[in-house]
Amino acid sequence: MPSAWITTRAWLLMLPLLVVMVAVVSWPMAETVRLSFTDAKLVGTGGAYVGFDNYAKLLTGRPFLLALKTTTLFAVLSVALEVLAGVLAALLLDQEFRGRTLVRALMILPWALPTVVNAMLWRLIYNPEYGALNSLLLQTGLISGYRSWLGEPTSALWAIVAADVWKNFPLVALIALAALQAVPRDVKAAAIVDGAGAFARFRIVTWPYLVGPLTIAVVLRTIEAFKVFDIIWVMTRGGPANATRTLSILVYQEAFSFQRAGSGASMALLVTLIVTLFAVSYIAILRRSAAGS
Amino acid sequence: MPHRFSLSLSLPLVGAALLAGSVAPAAAETTLRALFMAQAAYSEADVRAMTEGFTKAHPDVKVELEFAPYEGLHDKTVLAQGSGGGYDVVLFDVIWPAEYATNNVLLDVTSKITPEMNQGVLPGAWSTVEYAGKRYGMPWILDTKYLFYNKEILQKAGIAAPPKTWEELAEQAKAIKDKGLLATPIVWSWTQAEAAICDYTTLLSAFGGQFLDKDGKPAFQTGGGVEALKYMASTMESGITNPNSKEYVEEDVRRVFQNGEAAFALNWTYMYNLANDPKDSKVAGKVGVVPAPGHAGTSEVSAVNGSMGLGITSTSKSPDAAWDYIVYMTSQPVQNAYAKLSLPIWASSYEDPAVTKGQEELVAAAKTGLAAMFPRPTTPKYQELSVALQQAVQESILGQSTPEDALAAAAENSGL
Repeated sequence: MPSAWITTRAWLLMLPLLVVMVAVVSWPMAETVRLSFTDAKLVGTGGAYVGFDNYAKLLTGRPFLLALKTTTLFAVLSVALEVLAGVLAALLLDQEFRGRTLVRALMILPWALPTVVNAMLWRLIYNPEYGALNSLLLQTGLISGYRSWLGEPTSALWAIVAADVWKNFPLVALIALAALQAVPRDVKAAAIVDGAGAFARFRIVTWPYLVGPLTIAVVLRTIEAFKVFDIIWVMTRGGPANATRTLSILVYQEAFSFQRAGSGASMALLVTLIVTLFAVSYIAILRRSAAGS
Repeated sequence: MPHRFSLSLSLPLVGAALLAGSVAPAAAETTLRALFMAQAAYSEADVRAMTEGFTKAHPDVKVELEFAPYEGLHDKTVLAQGSGGGYDVVLFDVIWPAEYATNNVLLDVTSKITPEMNQGVLPGAWSTVEYAGKRYGMPWILDTKYLFYNKEILQKAGIAAPPKTWEELAEQAKAIKDKGLLATPIVWSWTQAEAAICDYTTLLSAFGGQFLDKDGKPAFQTGGGVEALKYMASTMESGITNPNSKEYVEEDVRRVFQNGEAAFALNWTYMYNLANDPKDSKVAGKVGVVPAPGHAGTSEVSAVNGSMGLGITSTSKSPDAAWDYIVYMTSQPVQNAYAKLSLPIWASSYEDPAVTKGQEELVAAAKTGLAAMFPRPTTPKYQELSVALQQAVQESILGQSTPEDALAAAAENSGL
């Protein structure tokens, strides 16, 4: 049982941080909630109270639901591919070979790039006239002529997913690699002696060590993917024909381009709510794994 | 809300200012922050050189320049305003005064404009800065989209003169395609952005369409508005339009054209001298320019008003210095000296040999084109309308929807 002074001291020590937190998180959040029930404009009017109108319009309107679908698709595709590529890369980098340290260091590079730079690079790669992707696919005979990857609704989302995966799989790989270090070598050796194949060894020996850290990686990446803005803004600005307009782009348009701070705020809060659900599940997973160990 | 936001944001600024004040000597110097565009019209180097000319004449004024791509210009201006200001002078597009005036972003400068300015500037240029009978700045970039053509390719195809109508353009492009000179002879800026609306507006004006009816309700989903989009979709379908146009902005159009990969291109004034520069262009000396074509029965030529103006923000602390700067930047001597990438707003400049020399063809096209400039709708809700129209254009050229359906949906979603 801590004494009263210890409790008081703890609160006092945390006070500066709490003040900052209230100033930069709680207060703007409360303002956003208030705004979301008004028809405020970005500049000029303060706005009048409109109740749940903003929310009702959003949930019944096609743009929001379409953007929700696009965002979910983007998040599912990119996170799934990042986990797949990340685990495969981690397994490879867990092997002993000459130059392993160098390759491990190199792998971090994409993740270290600013997203905007990454997006510009990939725009060059996808360029319909001189892009490297077109050149590669044409020379290997996979396509018969140059294509406009970011100009077609079907390929644009995939193209952005690929760029996002390239940038973010190193994070998953790093987490997975750290987890792999914990797999006991003697158990692996014993499994080989017992005649287990590579796949069986992965499933029975390695996987249990991976699953916990990977879950955390998946939750973190899903939260990030749901908030995606910059990579899309630079590559397609939500086009073609809104095929890549995600929730964050829609919020930006509503609040800043159309200057409707009120309904923009309600949209932003709905996105926050979705992301919070992921965050809560993240904490639940952490608690469960802490209790389990 | 904006007031309280501005308070919280300005506190750290005040702190920074105090810090800076303790270091620098207290000089009576005015600093102006100006927001310009890094895309089309005057180049960044031109704007810097002009500004240097101003600060030489006004040593007590310092001007900090910032350049944004066109796509970021509106949002940057509005965001700065929403958080208590930041810029003194902003470049604005012809489509924004309605919204800026309604939301008190720009100062009304009607009374500052002298009779000499009033008479000297081309009458059409003033519409760039006007809303509800008031003026919110000075026109600076007087611009419209012209039809550029590659003289060599037209000659090889046996075409004697550039097209006078859009139908003729399609025929000539088809002839060039059929002769195997180019697979896709026309290039446009039809990405999901304002650039696509400028091309659409040019066509809408040619086909005699209207954006809004007299009650301010959408009218583009009927008549010429539909014809215009049908024309765009049909050139895409028949393969005479470069299919990559659907992800292009103006700079992409320029690149394709000056690589000799297009026979025709719709673009702003600035492309003329850049595409004629042998350092950068493979088609230097072969660039032809005419006003955008018309349509039999409705128009001789067509043009979109793509002009831009310079205005003073309502949050500026030094509106007088800001106005001096604007007057200098838009003055006839300065505009005449930098007339290669953007033509002056002053009527008499078009007769001045110093301006017309070496670009007689462009000036000739400008005389007809600028007179035919068609406005995009003047409404505070322009951004919403534009986004809805961009979607309609893209859906039609992608073949996802018929022009009729796409425009009907845009009329519904336009917020008007």
